[in-house]
Amino acid sequence: MEKVFARTKGLTDIPFSFCPGCTHGTIMRLVAEVLEELNIIEDTIGISPVGCAGFCQDFFSCDFVGAPHGRAQAVGIGVKRALPDRMVFTYQGDGDIAAIGTQHAIHAAARGEKITSIMVNNAIYGMTGGQMAPTTLEGMKTSTSPYGRNPLVDGLPMDFPKIIANLEGAVYVASVSVDTPKNIQQAKKAIKKAFKVQQAGLGFALVSVLSTCPTNWGMTPVDSLKWLRENMMPVYAMGELKVTEEVKSL
Amino acid sequence: MEKVLLKGNEIIGEAAIRSGCKLFFGYPITPSTEVVEYLSKHLPPKGGTVLQAEDEIGAINMCYGAACTGSRVMTASSSPGISLKQEGISYSAAAELPMVIVNVNRCGPGLGGLGPAQSDYFQSVKGGGHGDYRLIVLAPSKAQELYDFTMEAFDMADKYRNPVLILSDGFLGQTMEPVVLKDRPEPPKVDRNWVVNGAKGRKKRILASYSLTNEIGEANNQRWEAKYKEIQEKEQRWEEFYTEDAEYLLVSYGTTGRICKSTVLNARKKGIKLGLIRPITLWPYPEKAFIPYKEKVKGMVTIELNTGQMIEDVKLAVECKMPVHLYRRQGGMLPTEHEILDYVEDIFSLTAVEEV
Amino acid sequence: MAKVDVLEKYCKSCGLCIDVCPKKILAIGDKTNQKGYFTVACKDQEKCIGCALCATVCPDVAIEVYK
Repeated sequence: MEKVFARTKGLTDIPFSFCPGCTHGTIMRLVAEVLEELNIIEDTIGISPVGCAGFCQDFFSCDFVGAPHGRAQAVGIGVKRALPDRMVFTYQGDGDIAAIGTQHAIHAAARGEKITSIMVNNAIYGMTGGQMAPTTLEGMKTSTSPYGRNPLVDGLPMDFPKIIANLEGAVYVASVSVDTPKNIQQAKKAIKKAFKVQQAGLGFALVSVLSTCPTNWGMTPVDSLKWLRENMMPVYAMGELKVTEEVKSL
Repeated sequence: MEKVLLKGNEIIGEAAIRSGCKLFFGYPITPSTEVVEYLSKHLPPKGGTVLQAEDEIGAINMCYGAACTGSRVMTASSSPGISLKQEGISYSAAAELPMVIVNVNRCGPGLGGLGPAQSDYFQSVKGGGHGDYRLIVLAPSKAQELYDFTMEAFDMADKYRNPVLILSDGFLGQTMEPVVLKDRPEPPKVDRNWVVNGAKGRKKRILASYSLTNEIGEANNQRWEAKYKEIQEKEQRWEEFYTEDAEYLLVSYGTTGRICKSTVLNARKKGIKLGLIRPITLWPYPEKAFIPYKEKVKGMVTIELNTGQMIEDVKLAVECKMPVHLYRRQGGMLPTEHEILDYVEDIFSLTAVEEV
Repeated sequence: MAKVDVLEKYCKSCGLCIDVCPKKILAIGDKTNQKGYFTVACKDQEKCIGCALCATVCPDVAIEVYK
């Protein structure tokens, strides 16, 4: 018998510290597999954010820099501008990239910075215990929207990849999900393309991945995937939102 | 060696280029803007990178990233912009990253004005950002020092793996003065076995400041503390001017330190034994400078462009063994050498001294 | 002939693999790992078809598959 599914070399052997069923692990595995498949583990510097995603620095087997909350793109740009021949990616939650770090993400995209950003959108602040995020759905209860997100008070959820897709320097923007094996494979394809875009030096690439937070959503892992599919996927634009001609020919 | 006439801010830019600075990340703010302008023009032709960031927070975090690769990197701003950078400065100190930060101090608080001030003394030497860290802080008082200290700042940053702040002000930054473009000093031999540049042929590295284990957190703090103590021991710097026989001492740095020299000369003409201690490192504060005088002189006056900030460090340095007074101007105003002397004569009742 | 191998050190007993398995041969086992999770076990290796759907959805990369 041959091993047909093995742990990727893109990951260290440290077990993830996430709650059971949290799909952060799935997404990190996909990114790590892409690093291995493109043979860039030793050429890559990852930028970790603040929040649950911040733990990723221990799990990937490439070099890492820990950024202040929301500053991952700025830090990544500093690394990339200093070492243009290395691969740089940020791995950030929705709060990190789309709330506190909005300005850095938007300007990284506008300038066409040659880095890859992975945004993990679980519609909530996980690490701090389930507060409202810019991506929290209308009516969704969190500890800071205990009566449900009220658009009159809190506004409507922000579809961040759509904003980024509007900017010239963003050459590849995709929104994917990890709710089913099929979608997981699609997500991996998008992530791989986002890294290839950087290898080709084409511009800024963003992949937003819809993810679960069973603990703060108060659901089982299986129910969380169903909830994601039924509630989040209809709200957020899914699929490849921006693919320039150059990216198509990759 | 070439002697040129440049604006203070441009001098810093030129010194950075000649120090091997490879990257500069900034955001325009008066009165520091000429630093980013000068480098935008002169660094890229030398193979360096200048990027105007989306804001000061972006700029300092780009410095943080670039410093992680071991590249020489600098940013410059003025007071409100430096406030925005504090988060990144704290992270840089915690990750022990060498970088040079220039603050062309303007007056505050708030948006304040554009005139010279020393209102950011506390911010510069007492932390500024959160946590318990120190920056090495250099205080130039003239064009040549802007040049020399910028070069030294890069070397000190590398030597101690610590951010170094150059505390200039609107007067120094905007004044044109001749400067000798000295050669770069021999850079210190530094260990680069910590940089993040891809884990090729070595174990992966993480540069971060995060520790959820209290025991590790304390060990980190103790390691930083030991480094800060070493810097305090080795790097205190100051200039003395007519101190040997002084009965009274002025203590002042930067622009006012320079004005105070004229005050001292005028006082000497009147027979007043006045001297000056001009701190060059504001952190580590040059406490050693005060040791010979703390039992000897009758009193001291700090001359500051704020409500009295450095005076606290002077009082600590002399262990309150003598009266320490403050003469200050604020809001962008500079004192004249005469009004400083008037204050000295008044506060120490020296008006009876005859002119010689 | 195929085999599913649950790496006990990583398993957190979340149950996503149990839900996705087309042959329904995975279940929460009766042994705990170091973290105290009752790790997933394969009830009937003979029936495993090596589709690796379990490994694909496992968020802790706790499953390896042989075929």
